[in-house]
Amino acid sequence: MTAAAAPSAAEAGLVSCRTCHQLTRPVSRASPGYCPRCGAALAWRRHHSIQYTWALVIAAAIFYIPANALPVLTTTALGSTESDTIMGGVIFLYTSGSWPLALIVLVASVMIPLGKLVVLAYLLIQVQRGAVKNKHDSTRMYRLVEFIGRWSMLDVFVDAFVVALVQLQPLMSVEPGAGVIFFMAVVVLTMLAAQTFDPRLLWDTASERQAFGA
Amino acid sequence: METVACPDCDLLQQIPPLPPGGKARCARCGETLAQGRVDPIDLPLALTIAAAIAFIVANTTPLMGLSAVGREASTTISGGALQMWQQGSQITALAVAFCAVIAPGGHLLFLLTVLIAVRRPPAPRWVGEMLRSAHFLEPWSMTEVMMLGILVALFKIAQLATVLPGIGMYAAGAFVFLLGAVLVTFDVHEVWARIEWIDGKVPAPTPDASATGIAR
Repeated sequence: MTAAAAPSAAEAGLVSCRTCHQLTRPVSRASPGYCPRCGAALAWRRHHSIQYTWALVIAAAIFYIPANALPVLTTTALGSTESDTIMGGVIFLYTSGSWPLALIVLVASVMIPLGKLVVLAYLLIQVQRGAVKNKHDSTRMYRLVEFIGRWSMLDVFVDAFVVALVQLQPLMSVEPGAGVIFFMAVVVLTMLAAQTFDPRLLWDTASERQAFGA
Repeated sequence: METVACPDCDLLQQIPPLPPGGKARCARCGETLAQGRVDPIDLPLALTIAAAIAFIVANTTPLMGLSAVGREASTTISGGALQMWQQGSQITALAVAFCAVIAPGGHLLFLLTVLIAVRRPPAPRWVGEMLRSAHFLEPWSMTEVMMLGILVALFKIAQLATVLPGIGMYAAGAFVFLLGAVLVTFDVHEVWARIEWIDGKVPAPTPDASATGIAR
């Protein structure tokens, strides 16, 4: 182990436990066994990381369309019914004079989910082509996606509490629309996609990548 | 000195003993590998107990009340999910209940048990299992997202009716800050180092890389 070319744990024949980060010499290359400290199954890299992440990203991209096209809230007031999509909610907040809240909802509900899909697809393509251009920036992008993802759940909470409070039958009531479930699915699927992606793949050399079959 | 592999880029490196408040970052990708804490067990334990009290209050008292044209309504955190369920969005209701009540509550309960158990090392093996579950629940515990969601919901309703924040709202706010403080002071590494190993070994003061994975 020289300072000039410090090896990765995998190159040194060691595997780091995903749960407790204990560094271990595995039983064999083919099946690393279990962590002696916490008992979690050891793996060189997350299993089928690229396939799982692609599957989740594609599913989320499909759900993204009905999530934005279908209404998330249906308001019934004095006999008239009105439906609001996510963008409709943003516009409502903006026109009623609260642009900071409109901006928060726009970023959390429209831009973050879309940005996550684009970034994850970009990282996956880079890893698959075997040429990660800027490893530092790619890792930073991955961390951002992982950290920020949960904030997209914002709109689901907004809808839940509007529905819970505005139940003043027969004068006025609000019901959740068909879009909420798709939107919730987008958020959950992209969060899972960020969890199944293994950022270490960004740093692996070609020979390592071949050895892990990732 | 302890040898670790960076969880984000797999680089092998050694971490020297850190002073309180010190941080060790990965030499290659910059991920935080370890942090020196002043009081890794008792301080987060105290904060966790405070957070648990705030969590119970936040979930049992009304979050907010609403009055419009002589009618009144109020809701709790679980009331948000319940109403969704009754309106026919059962799956969304389950997701809201999970992210707003079950995940934060479970996360807190597991942390509390883990912190009490590791005060006298070596802690039994099931503590590790519990810590793993807590780690799994952490990203799904979304109380702060819920608070922002409530703020937006309040603004949307404010034009229709008068909204009064309840005790639950203040308790939920306190819970968000206390949970943040727990996560900042909590040292997962220190806790793992106090847990009895699955192969029956008692934790060594300086774990090394010579350990061998067990085949099952």
